[in-house]
Amino acid sequence: MVTMQDLATPATNTWCPGCGNFGILMAMKRAIVQLGLEREKVVAVTGIGCHGKMTNYIKVNGIHVIHGRVLPVATAIKLANRELTVIGFAGDGDAFNIGMGHFSHAARRNPDITLVVHDNLIYGLTTGQTSPTSKRGLKTKSTPRGVFEVAVNPITQALASDASFVARGYAGDMRHLTELFKEAITFPGFAMVDVLQPCVAWNRINTYDFYKERVYKLEEEGHDPTDLMKAYERGREWGDRIPIGVFYKVERPVYRENFPVLKGAPLARQKLDGIDISGLLKEFA
Amino acid sequence: MKCIGFRDNSVSFLVGGQAGQGITRSGSLLGKALMRGGFHVFGANDYPSVIRGSHNFYVLRASDEEVHSQADTVDLLLALNKETILLHKDELTEGGGIIYDEQTELSKGELERGDINMYPVPLNAIVEEIGGPSIMRNTVALGAAIALVGFDAEIMKGVISDTFAGRGGIIEMNHRAVEMGFDYARENYGDGFRCRLEPSGENPGRIMLTGNDAVALGAIQAGCKFYAAYPMTPASPVLHYLAAKDMEAEMVVIQPESEIAALTMVLGAAYAGVRAMTATSGGGFCLMTEALGLAAMTETPVVLMIGQRPGPSTGMATYSAQADLLFTIHASQGEFPRVVVAPGDVAECFYLTMEAFNLAEKYQVPAIILTDKYLIESHKSTEPFDPGKVGIDRGDLLIVDEWTDAEEYKRYKITESGVSPRILLGTRGATVLANSNEHTEYGYTTTDPERVMAMGEKRFRKGNALKKEVEDLNPVKVYGAEDAEVTIVGWGSTKGPALEALKMLRRDGVKARFVQVVYMAPFPAEAVGAALKGGGKLLLVEANRTAQLGALIKLNSGFTFEHFLSKVDGRPFNPGEIYDKVKEVL
Ligand SMILES: Cc1ncc(C[n+]2csc(CCOP(=O)(O)OP(=O)(O)O)c2C)c(N)n1
Ligand code: SF4
Repeated sequence: MVTMQDLATPATNTWCPGCGNFGILMAMKRAIVQLGLEREKVVAVTGIGCHGKMTNYIKVNGIHVIHGRVLPVATAIKLANRELTVIGFAGDGDAFNIGMGHFSHAARRNPDITLVVHDNLIYGLTTGQTSPTSKRGLKTKSTPRGVFEVAVNPITQALASDASFVARGYAGDMRHLTELFKEAITFPGFAMVDVLQPCVAWNRINTYDFYKERVYKLEEEGHDPTDLMKAYERGREWGDRIPIGVFYKVERPVYRENFPVLKGAPLARQKLDGIDISGLLKEFA
Repeated sequence: MKCIGFRDNSVSFLVGGQAGQGITRSGSLLGKALMRGGFHVFGANDYPSVIRGSHNFYVLRASDEEVHSQADTVDLLLALNKETILLHKDELTEGGGIIYDEQTELSKGELERGDINMYPVPLNAIVEEIGGPSIMRNTVALGAAIALVGFDAEIMKGVISDTFAGRGGIIEMNHRAVEMGFDYARENYGDGFRCRLEPSGENPGRIMLTGNDAVALGAIQAGCKFYAAYPMTPASPVLHYLAAKDMEAEMVVIQPESEIAALTMVLGAAYAGVRAMTATSGGGFCLMTEALGLAAMTETPVVLMIGQRPGPSTGMATYSAQADLLFTIHASQGEFPRVVVAPGDVAECFYLTMEAFNLAEKYQVPAIILTDKYLIESHKSTEPFDPGKVGIDRGDLLIVDEWTDAEEYKRYKITESGVSPRILLGTRGATVLANSNEHTEYGYTTTDPERVMAMGEKRFRKGNALKKEVEDLNPVKVYGAEDAEVTIVGWGSTKGPALEALKMLRRDGVKARFVQVVYMAPFPAEAVGAALKGGGKLLLVEANRTAQLGALIKLNSGFTFEHFLSKVDGRPFNPGEIYDKVKEVL
């Protein structure tokens, strides 16, 4: 049985003290331990940003890719070997700016993977520019007159893209986040967990105090996660009250079921000897 | 077997008409029939990027010896509309013929040539009589054409039966169309046409296919199990073929949202231990360049095919070019070893695709098969591919259930060869960490100068080993005279016209050599040097303006070219253009 100790790595942690990423890392490790996953069977795919350091800090398989490309890489790994539990970690910029083009397509395909969005509403690693989830009017280094654009709403974005599992967690509520991760990982299909992640260095507005006053749990208010319209309504809530929990979930056929070749052994385990294209040449003769 | 042409032992056909009239299909049916009758064939299409309404044509050349390209002139024109006659009459060989519908109104003034044999055939009337769709006029014209050259209608009918297998009505009507066109031409024109292509009576068993087909087959034979590609002319047929054959090939075939998704998916599959590939053209490759570097840094073996077309930007989607060579060998930031290989004919498309997969895995580098529209959309007859010739070599990939070494698995273990053993994800006792940041042996991010140096050196040691292996792979091919007065140097699809030019020069008693550079990266500097030595005058032939191979040769081998033949209108070189240039140089 894997323990918290087993999931530790020797890499020195370089996140700012107090960063919300610590909460996400801890909750993910706990989820893996509590689900009894083997670390060799888990693959973490990370984008570029502070969140991208996750692969350095958790002892599972990992690939730290390029900015915005977590989802196509994760989708393909799952197709290549369905025995693996594939978890993507992306920043809000990674997922909804440069990687936005992949987001709705991944949702539409419904691969059996999890996407954790480290949503700090700011660019962390590049030192404090606006992010697509920064609220309109926010002054940042790159927007001295305030953000002009309306913020991307990860929840309604995911719902509109037909994502089959849509949730939001909060990095300051470890127990709740761990449960959410467990549910997302075991959910068969594309599961997005948008995590409210305080960035203590660059986001002076969306702090732990900010969230502590506002977050409430959907499940405590009788939200029905099979009701799409209600999910939209809750998804648009952002003010004095900010909902966390599962907004919506619906089981749909997962992507790999479409491929006849994936019915047998995992692709990665298929033997390559004995291939002979001679029969295929007949149509050219 | 009898093969008589106007200038040599080859006969050239041109089938022309409107887009949507099935021009390429007709031309390739004729090619296949001639191939089954014992001839070697080469067929190339020319079409603008529209679905309907614009002029299309297909040139087909047949001979009793191997043909490598189209000819400079056309011997028999199959004109499915009047426009085809007007556009192509000047390409006709003296004494050549035109098959066209008898109702086409053509004044003497319009034709302007008295030396041409006119073969009006009631194309429309025959189709009406049969009650077939108007596209069947092509088949009538094919019947007439094979009658004129003394070929066998039964072989043509056999090709039709195979092509439309399962569609009885269509086959029957097309058979009648062939027969009626054939009979009409025999009765009215007899043996009047000079060119002869009389079959040998025995099918030598060759295959006729495009470079795209051959690359796709090469991928299947190489054990590629994952193919993701975004449609882009001229590379899309690989996607179409593999999508249609995914069951036989046991392959996952995907059309994702962009080329960025395509290559990053391929990379994900490859990281998980699957042989994976994508294909695109220049514009798509531009989008892939960042992921190409990711493959290099994470040491993930990915395979790409690029089908070049004229740029910049959208350029001419359905035409050909060789202007992306330097871009391809330099694409992406930083420095890293890669494989770039440029096949020059369909057989090389097959075998080099297999080599690309092996090199990619053995050295854990990206491998690119650099082709162009002319190569991958043209048909050529060739000997059936030998599935066992190249073999599968996955290099240091450990496929075991458990990692049992006392030492923990290190994805980027520093080794003498520079190659660090790979292991399948999911192997008990080992986790695999790949990283786009500079990393330690375990894969953890680092900026420590010593470790950074060691990892960079490891990657480049791999590159050196790769270079040595490529030197043994026949990276430069030499054709023609040993004691040459002139050496033509080229790469990729120019091989075809260059070999045809060699034939013409040989007939004239000119001692000429053709040097084909096959591997572009790692560049086979010594082999190129050896091939050029004692070659007389050097003539570089490339379908670009800036002599890109010339630049590589100068940089790596020190040779410079006084003479450069460039063609950048998107059309392939004609052999005669190379021949003329050689004559000018000498
Ligand atoms: C193609 C590309 N463009 C820009 C960058 C620079 N860059 C690194 S991280 C980042 C954004 C970080 O924001 P986010 O994705 O929200 O992650 P965070 O650091 O907040 O976790 C950018 C723009 C890059 N690495 N690659
Ligand atoms: S910059 Fe922000 S997101 Fe990055 S480590 Fe520091 S607190 Fe965390």
